[in-house]
Amino acid sequence: MSVSVIEVENLSKRYLIGHQRDARDALRHRLEAALRHPFKWLLNRRRQSQASREEFWALKDISFDVKQGDVVGIIGRNGAGKSTLLKILSRITEPTSGRICMDGRVASLLEVGTGFHQELTGRENIFLNGAILGMSKAEISRKFDEIVAFSEIEKFLDTPVKRYSSGMYVRLAFAVAAHLEPEILIVDEVLAVGDTEFQKKCLGKMSEVSRCGRTVLFVSHNMAAVRALCRTGVLLEAGRVIACDSIEAVAAMYMNRAAERISSPSVQLSKPRGGSDVWIESVHLLCDGQPGAKLEFGQELSLAVVFRAATPIQKPMIGYLIRSSRGENVVNANNNFLPSPGYAESVTEGTIICNLGALPLMAGSYSVSFWLGRNPEDQHYAEDILHFEVLEKDIWGNGKLPTRSLSCFWWPTEFEFSPNCLEVPLFNDISKPVAA
Amino acid sequence: MATRLIIEAGRTERQYWRDLWKYRELFYFLAWRDLLVRYKQTTVGVAWSLIRPFLTTVVLTVVFGKLGKMPSGGVPYGLLVLCGMLPWQFFSTALSESGNSLVTNSNLISKVYFPRLIVPAGSVITSFVDFVISAAFLVVLMLWYHFVPPATVVLLPFFVVLAFAASLGVGLWIAALMVEYRDFRFIVPFVVQFGLYASPVAYLSSLVSDRYGDPYRLLYSLNPIVGVIDGFRWCILGGQNVFYWPGLLMSLLGTAFLLVTGIWYFRRTERTFADVI
Repeated sequence: MSVSVIEVENLSKRYLIGHQRDARDALRHRLEAALRHPFKWLLNRRRQSQASREEFWALKDISFDVKQGDVVGIIGRNGAGKSTLLKILSRITEPTSGRICMDGRVASLLEVGTGFHQELTGRENIFLNGAILGMSKAEISRKFDEIVAFSEIEKFLDTPVKRYSSGMYVRLAFAVAAHLEPEILIVDEVLAVGDTEFQKKCLGKMSEVSRCGRTVLFVSHNMAAVRALCRTGVLLEAGRVIACDSIEAVAAMYMNRAAERISSPSVQLSKPRGGSDVWIESVHLLCDGQPGAKLEFGQELSLAVVFRAATPIQKPMIGYLIRSSRGENVVNANNNFLPSPGYAESVTEGTIICNLGALPLMAGSYSVSFWLGRNPEDQHYAEDILHFEVLEKDIWGNGKLPTRSLSCFWWPTEFEFSPNCLEVPLFNDISKPVAA
Repeated sequence: MATRLIIEAGRTERQYWRDLWKYRELFYFLAWRDLLVRYKQTTVGVAWSLIRPFLTTVVLTVVFGKLGKMPSGGVPYGLLVLCGMLPWQFFSTALSESGNSLVTNSNLISKVYFPRLIVPAGSVITSFVDFVISAAFLVVLMLWYHFVPPATVVLLPFFVVLAFAASLGVGLWIAALMVEYRDFRFIVPFVVQFGLYASPVAYLSSLVSDRYGDPYRLLYSLNPIVGVIDGFRWCILGGQNVFYWPGLLMSLLGTAFLLVTGIWYFRRTERTFADVI
């Protein structure tokens, strides 16, 4: 049982980020350059194309082993390189350097219903999707009834999938994928869709897969699902492997690192590549005027932004957005249309403090994004750069806490009771003719 | 272990062709999907692959045969046009469909692995099925004119293969280029429109040498579909005109060149499709 089935050695993936404007005219520019100076173009071709693009290492020197029968959870923040790793493992894209050795038939499931065609019926799509995922026609025919039973859509087999509800669609798609029977299964965040009951069924099917001695690689943000399914975990951060251990240890480490980020009230930024000549240098959270990322209910919140400008500026445009941990926009404000005077004289650096006062925010964690620039079109954008926590407070003084999941704001409402039925005058009453 | 897979920068060529064989059923499935989808929610369905060549043939016959009074080499002008029309329509639809195929299937390219060559090749197969259906119309027209094809008709499959190879070669080039340069979305319809007149669809290719001399006909034969259409006419209508061998040789060389370079360019750019598309 301790044979390595996946060996990843020094895997790296580099992306060249071209500038959007260049990319659109690439053909025209290349043709123009080629026609004007054919020899120069031939000589400089390679050098130029590298100079005009920037490198970005999505994965850098990744190495880890997966044993047979293991269920490995790959966790990390957005942009840590999880998806890139899965794409390389599933051979969608090639690594820049490094090597992977895999023993056994590999199937990957990066998306539910890849290759489903809206116009085709459920029956036709089972065959099409199965073939795209690498099953032979005979294999699909053999498992057809099983797939249909798992998906619970018998009645709609001959209906085009464009008329399916999204739940039915997902069920059918997962049913096909679940019957792949590979030796190594690679699964991306596919469980984020579908209802809870079906999610459980899928998780059940996946642990069944691993019980048969198959190996599963699983990526998800749903930590509960990762913990329930996986035995080992790989934590990725900024394209590197931070930890590779039992799932409990890795999950704890991931949580701790997230908490560390939240508790920091100040963040330094690096100058953005290209773009705006006014940029944010650092951002700070102030609670009642003191640096801090834990806010008591009723405390006054301020956001301080330190900026620099390449050429003097009198009134930088600034905006911020506070988001809840559920991703809802809570507060969004900017000074674009405020007649505020800005600085008396043009400056090349300074601090802008946004005073929000005592926000009636419910307990929970929130993130703040900023943008700053010379005009609304050309701005430095720092997404979810600060995180703060609002602590729970006994608002009514009776030991009961407001339910935090229902809303973002706590708002005092006065409830008044009256024994009479209120007669509301009806406007535009069309039942009566208009008086002449 | 039965299968061992090694992923490295610069995947080995042998692995690729083995995969192509492993996924061979996908050729069929993709072509089957395109055919199924194409005629969904249409009233006359597959009849469209008959109506299209029929109407074009009528128009070209009237314009070139009746109004233009072009020489037909002793066969009914309608037959002459249809013999050029069938391979041309196969070539042009294969061209535009396979050219667009990678972009329209970008959801597949970015989410699942299989040899990408299958996608444009599947589109050529789809167009080929259409071609076979439209060929029924040729039989009908021959009955109508009481035309009996000569014995050379048994050589027709060779020219069908040639047409297939030419379509695939050009299709691969355009598909791979389209991934990075969407300009080809505008170039292809233009080429197809222009090609109808640049190829001997509505006239005999011997007209070129009659008017400008043989060197120009050789140059004209660089268009790979010229050899195919000449071949079709020679097989089905008989050799009223002496078969122009240098032209066929030229078309053969051109097709081989397009196919080989097409595969080479496609393979070269394929590894970055998922990143670029």
